Amino acid sequence: MLGKLTLSAIPYDVPILVGTFIGVAVIGIAVLAAVTYFKKWGYLWREWLTTVDHKKLAIMYVVLGLVMLVRGFADALMMRTQLALAYAGNPGYLPPHHYDQVFSAHGTIMIFFMAMVMMQALFNFVVPLQIGARDVAFPLINSISFYMTLVSAILINISLFIGEFSNVGWLGYPPISELQFNPGVGVDYYIWSVQISGIGTLLTGMNFLTTIIKLRAPGMKWMHIPVFTWTAFFACIMILTTFPVLTVSMALLALDRYVGMHFFTNDGGGSVMLYLNLIWSWGHPEVYILILPAFGVFSEIAATFSGKPLFGYATMVIATGIITFLGSIVWVHHFFTMGSGADVNTFFGIMTMFIAVPTGVKIFNWLFTMYKGRVRFEGPMHWIVGFMITFSIGGMTGVMMAMPAADWVIHNSLFLVAHFHNVIIGGVFFGYVAGLSYWFPKAFGFKMRDVWGKWAFRFWFVGFYLSFIPLYAVGLEGMTRRMNHYDNPNWHPWLLVACVGVFVLAAGVACQVIQFVFAAFDAVNRKPDAHDLTGDSWGSGRTLEWSIPSPVPHYNFARLPVIRGLDTFHIEKELGRPAPVADLEPIHMPKYSAVGPVLGACGLVIGFALVWHIWWAVIVGLVVAFFTVIHRSANLDVDFYVTVEEIRADEEAFAKRLAAARAAE
Amino acid sequence: MSYDATHAPSAHHDEHEHHQQETTIFGFWIYLMTDCIIFGTLFAVFATLCHHFAGGPTGKQLFDIKNVEIETAILLFSSITYGFASINAHKKNKGAVLGWLLLTFLLGISFVGLEINEFHELVARGAGPDKSAFLSSFFTLVGTHGLHVTIGLIWMLVLFFQIMGKQGLSTRMQTKLTCLSLFWHFLDIVWICVFSFVYLGSVV
Repeated sequence: MLGKLTLSAIPYDVPILVGTFIGVAVIGIAVLAAVTYFKKWGYLWREWLTTVDHKKLAIMYVVLGLVMLVRGFADALMMRTQLALAYAGNPGYLPPHHYDQVFSAHGTIMIFFMAMVMMQALFNFVVPLQIGARDVAFPLINSISFYMTLVSAILINISLFIGEFSNVGWLGYPPISELQFNPGVGVDYYIWSVQISGIGTLLTGMNFLTTIIKLRAPGMKWMHIPVFTWTAFFACIMILTTFPVLTVSMALLALDRYVGMHFFTNDGGGSVMLYLNLIWSWGHPEVYILILPAFGVFSEIAATFSGKPLFGYATMVIATGIITFLGSIVWVHHFFTMGSGADVNTFFGIMTMFIAVPTGVKIFNWLFTMYKGRVRFEGPMHWIVGFMITFSIGGMTGVMMAMPAADWVIHNSLFLVAHFHNVIIGGVFFGYVAGLSYWFPKAFGFKMRDVWGKWAFRFWFVGFYLSFIPLYAVGLEGMTRRMNHYDNPNWHPWLLVACVGVFVLAAGVACQVIQFVFAAFDAVNRKPDAHDLTGDSWGSGRTLEWSIPSPVPHYNFARLPVIRGLDTFHIEKELGRPAPVADLEPIHMPKYSAVGPVLGACGLVIGFALVWHIWWAVIVGLVVAFFTVIHRSANLDVDFYVTVEEIRADEEAFAKRLAAARAAE
Repeated sequence: MSYDATHAPSAHHDEHEHHQQETTIFGFWIYLMTDCIIFGTLFAVFATLCHHFAGGPTGKQLFDIKNVEIETAILLFSSITYGFASINAHKKNKGAVLGWLLLTFLLGISFVGLEINEFHELVARGAGPDKSAFLSSFFTLVGTHGLHVTIGLIWMLVLFFQIMGKQGLSTRMQTKLTCLSLFWHFLDIVWICVFSFVYLGSVV
């Protein structure tokens, strides 16, 4: 009846997990109780859970990403404290089997459920607003994307308390991930959570590529597209070309484990190297999928806070395109030691080094944007300066590893771990956090308290160097990654410093949490002068999203904007906005729908049942999902019109606020 | 300027629907391209593993090329019949659309039947997907195509009943028919590659 699931799957004898479970349960019950007490279930369902509004979905993505950041960061804390303790005679507090799950969960969560989630949050919020669209091309599919991501995140967290998680690292290399060596359910949790979230991401890629190509406001030519949207465009292309490969890799690994096939097994003619090639031909473009939108965020912020147009817009776009291309043909550098031969390694090594060129172009473009600008060091600007320094260092260690000869020495050492954290924290994470504080006032109509953002940056910046420079050092001294215990006395001091570093980072995370708590408080009790009256929250916005009220009305644009060139809003501020020619018209909008949450629930049931071999539940999930889709396809009542009266009232209120803001100046 | 709330949305609606139709078909194209990469990856996997027999039978010993030729003919013919359904959909000829769809469906289901039969015989002869890496990749590639055809058939059935129902050949239904037509022809192209590289490649 319940497949492989028995009571013994619940790890009630592991104190850390029991403690965590009690903590999660208390918080969960408190939240549910609060929603019930304030009678907010109806509101939550009607306004949020069934929404197809890209702005609300973006906010839900952010909440999910932040929760998963805390989860993934807790794993990091555990690893660093373990390695500070587990020296010589001391075994530390995490046995190998548990430690292996911790690093696997850390990597999987940070990439799929923190970084990818934040990236989709930014796509959702920013792209339609920047191109003057009223929603994405397929609003319902957008909601389904979100639910696929959400339920796979839930699935990975269920593995904490029911069964176990994968213990073979974030990419699940065979043969150790095969049934022969890993008969438990850990790898299955990994496979299905990655698979379901991958489907969500693929749908997001389709949706936003279609949106950018088909839904741009009248007059917006290709070279009028803001840089963030350009980076989203290229990231979508990479999602569409590489996520199908991830889908296939996971499916083949699952077929090996569930049906006894021989794709990657040691026997039966399987090929482990095939898996490595497949997974990295997704995995390497994946890191560019993450970093390109961060580059886009930095480009928007650099221009806004320097009071100048972005330096070298065209080269920025071209460089992004070149990175997209080169990023797709360098995957072998992840396994130079596999023995592909000197010719193959040389090609991939040189291609990898080439990527430094367009990336360098971008760094100089941001520097020249700031050069002779009137730079304002507000919160978002801190992150970009920290990024340029940190990312340049990370890029250089990357070029070091791009040399096959050097890579043979430092492959799989902590030097590598230090390198990719250097670019992912210093690039991706700094970028997304900067983007969050930059667009926050657009979403909510007031700014987050900058002082906490600045402190978060300081702790993250210092904490990063304290945590990871020591890892470069021990990596060069020969310490391999994924060890949970060591005897070398030379490594110990470095790992103590790294442990101090991770607590500095924890202070940074704490500042961010405090910043969000204050933001929630300010949402209710802020002073009137904290309101963003003009919609141009930072006073020097250049792109279309700053031309509409904050928070943005659900239909985004009362009139579709007419594009007059790059940075239309800036042009309008300089030359004046032309009086609207056409009268207001009713706006066609999609209705909210329960299809997203229902399909999400089906996905969760199917995923969980596949992990535990509960076949009847898999079938029930599939049947319900099938009839949900059929029911939807027969439903003709899926849209409505926003009335002119409503739009006019919004517009008049906005005009009043603008006048008040002008009077205050 | 006064605004006639009862009249304007419908005129507006047509324009919107046309735009939406174009966007939907474009989005579906992009989906097909991702599917194309899925098949491309499976072909690459097959190319890597097609000589990893692990002491088991080879393709030359297993494949009955005559049967595969019949399958190919049926699937190619079903693309033609779907083409006639598309033409009649443009002419708003509901009865003919239903007839051609039915014929396409019958051809499609016989293709799937033949494929299931082939798989069944292979397994019965002890050449199942767990025998060797070659057979794993063969069953997965051909099976993925078969699964796509099956999904296409279910989709076709749903459209058949929706066209019979009150929606008829509305703009929305036409868009759906166009998407399914792209999907169906795409599967044909994939099958031609399967036939050439997997079956012919193994037999020669």
